[in-house]
Amino acid sequence: MVIRAFLDKIEHNFEKGGRFEKWYALYEAVDTFLYRPASVTKTTAHVRDGIDLKRMMILVWLCTFPAMFFGMWNTGYQANLIFAGNPELLAAQGGWRFALTGALAGFDPNSLWDCFVQGAAYFLPIYAVTFIVGGFWEVLFASVRKHEINEGFFVTSVLFSLTLPPSIPLWQVAMGISFGVVIGKEVFGGTGKNFLNPALVGRAFLFFAYPAQLSGDGVWTAVDGYAGATALSLAAAGGVEGVVSAGVSWMDAFLGIEQGSIGETSTLAILIGGAVLLLTKIAAWRIVAGVMVGMVVLSSLFNLIGSDTNPMFAMPWYWHLVAGGFAFGTLFMATDPVSASMTNTGKWAFGILIGVMVVLIRVVNPAFPEGMMLAILFGNLCAPLIDHFVVQANIKRRLARNV
Amino acid sequence: MEHYISLFVKSVFIENMALAFFLGMCTFIAISKKVETAIGLGIAVVVVQAITVPANNLLYAYLLKEGALAWAGLPDIDLSFLGFLSYIGVIAAIVQILEMLLDKYVPSLYNALGIYLPLITVNCAIMAGSLFMVERDYNFPESVVYGIGSGFSWALAIALLAGIREKLKYSDVPEGLQGLGIAFITIGLMSLGFMSFSGIQL
Repeated sequence: MVIRAFLDKIEHNFEKGGRFEKWYALYEAVDTFLYRPASVTKTTAHVRDGIDLKRMMILVWLCTFPAMFFGMWNTGYQANLIFAGNPELLAAQGGWRFALTGALAGFDPNSLWDCFVQGAAYFLPIYAVTFIVGGFWEVLFASVRKHEINEGFFVTSVLFSLTLPPSIPLWQVAMGISFGVVIGKEVFGGTGKNFLNPALVGRAFLFFAYPAQLSGDGVWTAVDGYAGATALSLAAAGGVEGVVSAGVSWMDAFLGIEQGSIGETSTLAILIGGAVLLLTKIAAWRIVAGVMVGMVVLSSLFNLIGSDTNPMFAMPWYWHLVAGGFAFGTLFMATDPVSASMTNTGKWAFGILIGVMVVLIRVVNPAFPEGMMLAILFGNLCAPLIDHFVVQANIKRRLARNV
Repeated sequence: MEHYISLFVKSVFIENMALAFFLGMCTFIAISKKVETAIGLGIAVVVVQAITVPANNLLYAYLLKEGALAWAGLPDIDLSFLGFLSYIGVIAAIVQILEMLLDKYVPSLYNALGIYLPLITVNCAIMAGSLFMVERDYNFPESVVYGIGSGFSWALAIALLAGIREKLKYSDVPEGLQGLGIAFITIGLMSLGFMSFSGIQL
C-alpha cells in the first residue's frame, strides 16, 4: 500500500506536461507490473478473467525456471567434472568468473553448491546483459513511440539467454538481443505485431554472424581449452552408438546431464515447465502434438530407409526427443502465440511442419547438427500463409453450406 | 528419377530464386501485398519458367554453343556471345505468344493474370533461370525440371511473403520504415529462415 501511495503521488510528474513526461513508459511499466491497471473495457463486451497478457507472460517466465536452475547446475557440473578428470586444466583457468566461483565455492562435481555457483557465475551475467541491453531498447522504443513496455520481454530475454552456450562472450549476447528486440520485434511495432519469435531471431543472428562462438565442440562447456561435443554432434559423427560410447545414456540426455546450451539439456525440467503451460492453456497443445507427430513420423521413416554413410538416419525418435533443443523449442518457442499459426487446423499444420523440418535438418543437412532453431523460424515464416489457407477453406465451406 | 527429384528439391529450397539469390526483387516486392494476386503471379512465373528454360536449352544446345552448328555443317562456329540477346528475345516472344493464346482460349486465366504476364518479361528470375541452366550445363530433361523447380521456388517465396505482409497490415511500423523499408527487413528475416536449407548436399 505504501508503494501504491508513492506511485500515485509521483504519477503527475509522468503525465503530459509533467517534469518526467518522457519517462512515462517506464513509470507505467513499474505500475502495471506491481498492480492491476485501473483501466477497464469501455464497450459492452466485458470478459472478467484474471489472465491477461501480463499474467500470461509472467507465467511463461516462471515456467522456464526449472530448466534455468537445472541448466545452471548442469553448466557447473559439466565443468567440474572436467576439472576432476583433468587437474591441469583447473590450474590453467583464469578470468573473473573463475575467481568468483573460487571465492564462493570449490570445484567439486559432487557438491550441489559448487556446481550451482559455477553455473550461476556463467548464466547470471548472460541473463543480466540480455535483460539490461534488451530492456534498454524496449524502454527506448516505448518512450519514443509512446507504447507500453510489454512483459513479453521477460519471456524473450529468458528464452534467449537459455538458448546460448555458457562460454559465449558477453558482448555477443548484447549484439544478439539487440538484433532480436529491434529487428525481430520493435520495428514491427512491439509485442504481438512481429512475425518471428524475437528470441530466435537474436539467436539465429548470432549463429550466422559468429559461428565460432555458437557452434562446434569447444563452446558448450564453461572451461577454456576443452572441447566437448553435444549429443547431436556426437550422433552426427557416430550415430546413437557414438553418443552412448561417449558416456551419455538416454537417461542422461533425458535428465539433461550432457553438454549443450544452458537451458536446453534437461528434457525433464523442460517438461515440468511445459506441463504447466499446457495445463493453463497458454501453450497450444495442438502445436506441441503436431511437432511430436511430424518428428516421430519422419524419423521413423528415416529409420526405415536407412543409410550406409549417414548414421543420423538410424537415430530413433526417442533420441531426437531428448537430444539438443527439441523439447525446449517445442514447448517454449514453437508455442509462442504471436508467431505461431492462429487457427486450430493451422496449429496442427504448423506443428507438423516444424517436426518434419527439425528431423530433416538434423539428418539430411550436414552443415547444422541442430535444427530446432531454424525449423521454428521456418515454421514462423509459413504460419501466416497456413492461416490464410485455413481461413479461405472455412469461408468456402460456410458458403457451400448456405447456398 | 532420383536425380531429378533432388534437382527439383535443390532448386526449390536450397537455391531459392528469391530468398537465396535475391532475384526478381522488383515484382517480388511490388506484387506481394495480397496472397491471391501473389499466387496468381507465382503460377504465371512457374508456367513461363517451365517453357522458357527448356526452350533456351534447345536454342543453346543446337544453335549457340561452340560446335553446336555441326548439324548444319559448320562445326567451328561459336555463337555463345549472342546468348544474352537470344535468351531475352526468346523470353519476350514466348511471353507475348502465351499472352495472346491465353487471351484467345483461356480468357478467365488471362484476366486473372492481367498485368503480371507482361511484367514477367522483365523479371530477372526468369532470365536468371536460363543463365543458370547454361552455366550448369543442364541437358534437356534437367532443364525442364530446373525450369519448373526454380519457378516454383519463386512462387513459394512470394506466397509466403504475401502471407506475412497481410499479417503485417496490423503491425505498427515506425514512420520511416513503412512500405518498402519494412518489406526489405521482412525479406531479410525470411532468408534467415531459409538458411536452414543451405549446406544440404543432394
